[in-house]
Amino acid sequence: MNLIYTEEQKAFRREVRSWLEAHVPRQPLPSFDASREGFEAHREWERILDEGRWGMVTWPERYGGRGLDLIQWLIFEEEYYRAGAPLRVNQNGIFLLGPTLMEYGTPEQKSRFLPKMASGDEIWAQAWSEPQAGSDLAAVRASATRAGDEYVLRGHKIWSSRAVFADWAFGLFRSDPGSERHKGLSLIFFPLDAPGVRIQAIPQIDGETGFAEIFLDDVRVPAFNRLGAEGEGWAICMATAGFERGLMLRSPARFQVTARRLVELFKTCERDADPAIRAAVLKAWMDTDAYALSIYHTASRLNAGGQIGAEASTNKIFWSEMDIAMHKTALSLLGARAELSRHASEAVEAGRWLDGYFFSLAGPIYAGSNEIQRNIIAERMLGLPRV
Amino acid sequence: MDFRFYDEQVMTADVVRALLAEVCSSQDLRRLLTTGGAQDETRWKKLCELGLAGILVPEGDGGLGLAPVDFVQIAEACGYRCLPEPLVDNVGIALPLLAAFADRPGVAPYLERALAGEITVAVSHPINSYVPHADRDAAALIARDDGLHLVAISPKMLTMQPSADPFRRLHTIACDPGDATRIAGHEEAAIPLRQTLDRGALFTAAQLLGMAQRCVDLAVGYSKERQQFGRPIGSYQAIKHHLATVQVKIEFARPVVYAAAADLPHDDLHSRARISQAKLTASEAADLAAHTAIQTHGAMGYSWEVDVHLYLKRIIALTQVWGGPSFHRERVAARVFSAPLGPETTFARETDRA
Ligand SMILES: Cc1cc2nc3c(=O)[nH]c(=O)nc-3n(C[C@H](O)[C@H](O)[C@H](O)COP(=O)(O)OP(=O)(O)OC[C@H]3O[C@@H](n4cnc5c(N)ncnc54)[C@H](O)[C@@H]3O)c2cc1C
Repeated sequence: MNLIYTEEQKAFRREVRSWLEAHVPRQPLPSFDASREGFEAHREWERILDEGRWGMVTWPERYGGRGLDLIQWLIFEEEYYRAGAPLRVNQNGIFLLGPTLMEYGTPEQKSRFLPKMASGDEIWAQAWSEPQAGSDLAAVRASATRAGDEYVLRGHKIWSSRAVFADWAFGLFRSDPGSERHKGLSLIFFPLDAPGVRIQAIPQIDGETGFAEIFLDDVRVPAFNRLGAEGEGWAICMATAGFERGLMLRSPARFQVTARRLVELFKTCERDADPAIRAAVLKAWMDTDAYALSIYHTASRLNAGGQIGAEASTNKIFWSEMDIAMHKTALSLLGARAELSRHASEAVEAGRWLDGYFFSLAGPIYAGSNEIQRNIIAERMLGLPRV
Repeated sequence: MDFRFYDEQVMTADVVRALLAEVCSSQDLRRLLTTGGAQDETRWKKLCELGLAGILVPEGDGGLGLAPVDFVQIAEACGYRCLPEPLVDNVGIALPLLAAFADRPGVAPYLERALAGEITVAVSHPINSYVPHADRDAAALIARDDGLHLVAISPKMLTMQPSADPFRRLHTIACDPGDATRIAGHEEAAIPLRQTLDRGALFTAAQLLGMAQRCVDLAVGYSKERQQFGRPIGSYQAIKHHLATVQVKIEFARPVVYAAAADLPHDDLHSRARISQAKLTASEAADLAAHTAIQTHGAMGYSWEVDVHLYLKRIIALTQVWGGPSFHRERVAARVFSAPLGPETTFARETDRA
């Protein structure tokens, strides 16, 4: 065990830091969920990142990356969040689909999709959930019918984040009409502006758009758009979900920034704070630190050729619950100002704590609910009986 | 940067784990309980034969000169088995302190015999109220206002304070240390004593981590066997979710304990905060684990027959020794409220210099 950065890693950090200092927008960008303008501003930022070849540092160079390892990815993320750089509008593409494409895609698919993903020219949405298939994802009904070298897609997807403005979606479809449950599913890409696609925005808890329903009515896509073999969709989705929960979706840096802001907030109202709140503030720092250490541990293991395992589920529970706890603590510190919306002149940080609290409440739901994660831990890690 | 144990570290820990599985099973503990003994000298002899006594003692003083990170998994394994004998106290905590004053008159013979596994040494540190197993120790390192003393223990100095943990024989030591026993003055003892506290807290955290995992494992084992309403109770989601919650706590205490071990030699604000964090999180995980294991066992969990109570009692004890939660929370606070925070500070002393 060696918790010391190499000279190369230190130099890499300096390089990232100075590039970000020169390029991160001075003013925060408008939300990518609320308007086309905000979405496009974030797309523009993705282009700038890509020009610096910072879009996805772990990807191979030929797809727009730098071929770096996961420790370097962590360093990049730390500097990225330290710099207050914009959220990644293409996160479903680069963090979820990207690694999966890298593993299961054909060379042609990789060259077709990865560079445009890295550059932000194509922004991706995930279209898995359906009204009747939430936690029970294997209940999907949307169908992909083979017609020559095309698929015809039909069905109803829901809760698809950023689908309102995104360009492409990767969906889970039943490609074998007689199949049930986990069998006969395929992962297929479709353009969100293809004929037969209708998008219906769904306002979220804060009133902003953010996710959408997708109605597919005889949407024709080439069979080239299928990732992996026909009928192998479930296994591929589970691999994607492993990345999502386990590592990439929520890098520790994001929460370490929240913990730092919480300590700063605490210092402004320390005198009135009761000891329980002080303890919660300290716990916030400790939890985010523990999460970071745990991810460094996982990254070291994966760098040495290990596979992501049950930590996908333990991580997801840990970060989602810690995020809620930190935001709740902030709201207690804010007292009467907790309820102020971003439009109130006295709102602290333009209501960011309340917005963050709302969003934190989604954490235990998306990417596989925490109840489902607890089932997985109990059954696969602890070996408790399934029935 | 590589947050994994090296092969030798893994191998040493595996050897200790295997030996403990063999000589410190539930039946072994039960046998000791029925004979009323606190320790098993045959087992202790086998542990001494592993040659670990000098693991944290510098090579120049006859030890192996290894680091806390080489011992942390061993301490965890001792916790997992609820080991009654003072392997962690003696090897992990007392001997490095004794070795720090190896050149002082009278110290060498004790150190030599301790390294040979012939005797054990106790530490009476101001942070702790009692000295466990002092009745088996040949000598005690006693910190007083005027410095550090090395005192040969005689039975008449000891007053036993029975602990709920049948394997922890707590004592207070009454003696009058003076110039003759003093091996270091107040000033020169200060840093070694602070480092002793760090080692004490760290290796206690590691034991708590092991105990937490054992509580989960005991509960999992039982809940696969025990049937109610025609099904194993472990198939019920309420049981599954309780145990999964504990496992999550353990998973996020473990890397903190390991990083704290790697950090300890730095002896600075950051290492102290992380050791304290390790102690806090491991205590919390262990507390929830013991409580959940009892609940999972139902009335069996409230009985003497099931081992969980042995863990519960040791967890209650270890949560308070080498600094209780309030003490350690303040050491975390010292770091959080005074040093830079944020994503680039996980290994802060590293990035300071970047
Ligand atoms: C902010 C947000 C963004 C999202 N983005 C996307 C996206 O981009 N693409 C996409 O495809 N989906 C997305 N989702 C959908 C998300 O994946 C689902 O919400 C999730 O899978 C849960 O499904 P559900 O909402 O239908 O809840 P349900 O499955 O109906 O669950 C309701 C409650 O019942 C519990 N429950 C269900 N089954 C069990 C069980 N077996 N044991 C114990 N408890 C159970 C759940 O834990 C939950 O608490 C998003 C959701 C949110 C909130």
